[in-house]
Amino acid sequence: MTELIEPLKTPTAEPGTGMVQPGMSVSRVDGRAKVTGAARYAAEHPAADLAYGVVVNSTITKGRILGFDLADALRVPGVIDIITHSNRPRMRPFKLSYKDMTAPGGFPFRPLYDDVVFYSGQPIALVLAETFEAARHAATLVRPDYAVEPHETELAAHLHRAHDPHGLKAGFAPPPKEKGHAQAAFDAAPVKIEAEFHSGVEHHNPMELFASTVIREADGHLTIYDKTQSSQNSRWYVSHVFGLSSRKVTVRNPYVGGAFGSGLRPQYQLPLAVMAALKLKRSVRVVLTRQQMFTFGHRPETRQAIKLAAERDGTLVSIQHDAVAETSRREDYTEVVVNWSGQLYACDNIRLSYHLVDLDNYTPIDMRAPGAAHGVHALEIAMDELSYALQMDPLALRLKNYAEIDPTKNLPFSTKALRDCYTQGAARFGWDQRPAAPRSMRKGNEWVGWGMATGTWDAMQMFARASAVLHADGRLVVSSAATDIGTGTYTVMAMIAAASMGLPMERVTFQLGDSTLPVAPIEGGSSHVTTVGSAVEGACEKLQKRLLKLAKALPDSPFAKAKIDEVEFADGTLRLRARPEVRIELPQLLQHAGEARVEVKYLMLPDALKQRKYQRATHSAVFCEVHVDEDFGTVRVTRVVSAIAAGKIISAKTAHSQITGGVVWGISQALHEETLQDHRLGRFMNANFAEYHVAVNADIHDIEVIFVEEDDRVVSRLGAKGVGEIGLVGVAAAVSNAIYHATGRRIRDTPITPDKVIAA
Amino acid sequence: MNPFAYSAPTDTDAALVAIQTDFNDSMPNRFLAGGTNLVDLMKADVMHPARLVDVNGLPLDAISETADGGLQLGALARNADTAYHPWVRTRYPLLTAAILAGASPQIRNMASNGGNLLQRTRCHYFYDVGVPCNKRDPGSGCSAIGGVTRQHAILGASSHCIATHPSDLCVALAALGARVHVQSARGEREIEFADFHRLPGDTPQHDTTLAADELITQITLPAEAAAFAAHSVYLKLRDRASYAFALVSVAAALQLDDAGRITQARIALGGVAHKPWRKPDAEALLHGALPHDALFARVADALLEGAQGQGQNDFKITLAHRAIIRVLQSAVVGTLTNRDEGDASAEESLQ
Repeated sequence: MTELIEPLKTPTAEPGTGMVQPGMSVSRVDGRAKVTGAARYAAEHPAADLAYGVVVNSTITKGRILGFDLADALRVPGVIDIITHSNRPRMRPFKLSYKDMTAPGGFPFRPLYDDVVFYSGQPIALVLAETFEAARHAATLVRPDYAVEPHETELAAHLHRAHDPHGLKAGFAPPPKEKGHAQAAFDAAPVKIEAEFHSGVEHHNPMELFASTVIREADGHLTIYDKTQSSQNSRWYVSHVFGLSSRKVTVRNPYVGGAFGSGLRPQYQLPLAVMAALKLKRSVRVVLTRQQMFTFGHRPETRQAIKLAAERDGTLVSIQHDAVAETSRREDYTEVVVNWSGQLYACDNIRLSYHLVDLDNYTPIDMRAPGAAHGVHALEIAMDELSYALQMDPLALRLKNYAEIDPTKNLPFSTKALRDCYTQGAARFGWDQRPAAPRSMRKGNEWVGWGMATGTWDAMQMFARASAVLHADGRLVVSSAATDIGTGTYTVMAMIAAASMGLPMERVTFQLGDSTLPVAPIEGGSSHVTTVGSAVEGACEKLQKRLLKLAKALPDSPFAKAKIDEVEFADGTLRLRARPEVRIELPQLLQHAGEARVEVKYLMLPDALKQRKYQRATHSAVFCEVHVDEDFGTVRVTRVVSAIAAGKIISAKTAHSQITGGVVWGISQALHEETLQDHRLGRFMNANFAEYHVAVNADIHDIEVIFVEEDDRVVSRLGAKGVGEIGLVGVAAAVSNAIYHATGRRIRDTPITPDKVIAA
Repeated sequence: MNPFAYSAPTDTDAALVAIQTDFNDSMPNRFLAGGTNLVDLMKADVMHPARLVDVNGLPLDAISETADGGLQLGALARNADTAYHPWVRTRYPLLTAAILAGASPQIRNMASNGGNLLQRTRCHYFYDVGVPCNKRDPGSGCSAIGGVTRQHAILGASSHCIATHPSDLCVALAALGARVHVQSARGEREIEFADFHRLPGDTPQHDTTLAADELITQITLPAEAAAFAAHSVYLKLRDRASYAFALVSVAAALQLDDAGRITQARIALGGVAHKPWRKPDAEALLHGALPHDALFARVADALLEGAQGQGQNDFKITLAHRAIIRVLQSAVVGTLTNRDEGDASAEESLQ
């Protein structure tokens, strides 16, 4: 029985929202709760007798903890305990116990397990006190004694240690084998370019801080409010690390204030809060500071090299793309950086490679459009460079090499309306007015330039379960342990269910964010609508069949002989398609049938046999205008048109917001974001929101989003493909290409800060 | 953040007594005004005052005319109220421009003028209590030298400290020749703006010449500086369009005669040194001259004489040179206040 779980405070659409259909623009159902503060985040859930934990982080990068001087810290009034590796509660030692559902190959970090320090900022102690203030003060008085060992954090200095990635990770596929003879084709070609690219470390910086509130009930049950992209992943992890049965742990995440991948794996505040609750036998809250959010996963520093060659007419004859990225000493974090270069353009000779270098940093983690953000960036700048070498319009070069089938897998695309993205985006932007030569347009002290790029991302579907409960009062509650990290999951799922059942949206509630709900995948990879959305629709379809069965069994039922395709669910009724006046209100149906509630459960499994016959991907064409003050190297991105092919758009408003947000981040990636590491110290130095720059309002000007028509029933029964990542991909390349068009300065590294522009 | 004593006196004399209560050199008492910098630094465990004397209740927030026709800015007047004050906007638009180039509207609504003068450097190493820093922990060493130095000083640095002063407001005050009025239980004194902040030398723990028991009460702007109102520009170059500290900023204020000759010139640089950077001999090159780019370049050369990069911030020397020329060009044309409503021709020439 799946009922509404009261503490989740699941939002429902405002009264009067009415009937909805896929593709409509509906305001997010959680909007009011969020802007009024009614929505509670992980650090905000109240608990009686709560203890507060503050984490102490290592100041060394590598070595061993010899001991702690805790005397001053323990003397602070209100301090309860200080947990370190030497007095922690029992944790399982095994590698497998620490493997969450998205762990890459290797041995995950075990917080406070032993005396080994393997990266700067590693949590080494948890101070527990009756108040947050006491814990924070005492944390500054914890004095560790270390045996320091030399560390290595500089990727450029250790490229000779590059190796093939070990192990598997969800969403990762190694580069395909070489197609044709890429280097020979390159050598023989009349027109060619080669270029190297660098992107530094980036951190996700979602607005909400990482936090876990562990509420310990009298029977020892732990209800944990955690900042995570999957309540079930955190539940799984806690159970395995501490040997607690699944019945003794519930994890909830009804509201998540952004995550962007940082919540794909349990972060260290979760096991620390749990071990404190177990040790103290009371409820505990641990909230990380903004600065501490630079002490776990990040987008890895990556170096890339690309060689492209073409015939004089623009036909690509060789693509070579090599990438080397950092990972930690413990795990081989992998992401798809180069494979896109074997997917986007028709070419007979393609060679791709991807290697890792182990450094004394924490393991990187997926960050929005992992791999593609910088991999496609490099390819699309290289394509721009090739277009100038060919004296060909950059868009014309892409159309010339348009891939009708996947060039390395030789598979057809399930759907691919990229050509429409190019056409509609270019028309909207006015691309045909673009002068070919760089340094052609000027306004005041600024050069003006236009650039474009292609984007692509996977269209994925996982498996999921959903339940649907129709109550006699007419309310429909659909549940799945999905997550809404701000993307609009509540809204789009309620829309799908409401449209499917023909109910006004305010009568439909989609419940998510609790590990006891039907199984859902981690919210990541732009797959939640295709996966959970399909499960929701499947559950509704099953519910319709159940309701028809009830209707048929009513005395003198006008539906007695109706088959499911002869009825429809509309206007809150079950009615005959042929004679819509023959209808019954759904609450009436339940009352007549003597049912207080009707519940169905549905398991959605992807049609893998069908899907494997196709390459499945979303696409985009991004056009942008920049103004560059060449004296100062300052860049303004004044106009962006992003045309997206992402299957059928279900929730127009939240999808539009996803793409707009992706474009904003793309601008931020292009111009602002980098975590700067001092390799002498192994520390990230700009680890705060003042100095780690993300785009601010003043950096953002006109952004226009176009969704081109697509309907992909291979990827999902809804026709949807997912819009979480695609909005970001290609934006930074379009910016870089526009800067070249404006100034003739080619900048292949991100972020494109003023110093790089004036030096180029 | 350490536990601290707190009091909120409502008259200045009481505040000056309170600041001396149980004064301890290792955890010096501090006045608290807007708190936009001090509270952050306490949370980051960088500063540990044993006592906070909240001065927000003191009657020091007025903006009024001085007897000689200048302007008196209360130490507790908020940055936003100062920037948008009609007298400031019309007589000292350079100050408006500089304030509005800094921080964010929320911070400018809280931050006081006195507190702005006392804000600490944004050097990454000063903020990271896990590494040595001479400014935070005298004698421990400078971790910034040889490290991540994009932001650091190109002028007036020492082997003990290469930090910069992060203020925008102070750059304009330096150019306008403001005076800082301070008070302690020992009496009152006035400090020339140029003497208020100091270079790091071998005592970078001292940002200013203010004594620990002294309270800033007023900042005065001389009447004659209003003569720059028609030709003043503040340009801030930074890594994003708002809410970032200056890589380089330039405040320039000119007076021109009817023949178009420059009769008076003031130029101050921000983001390049431990204090707003002024060189009267560089300004003197402009006096009596007709404006032209080659002259501006000579002025930039003179202002940046002896500039020395730290590696990652070498570009600041180029950037500063170009910014000085651009700002002088713009100031000749008109005035830029960085207000939303848009300005005259100088706005065009900067964009």
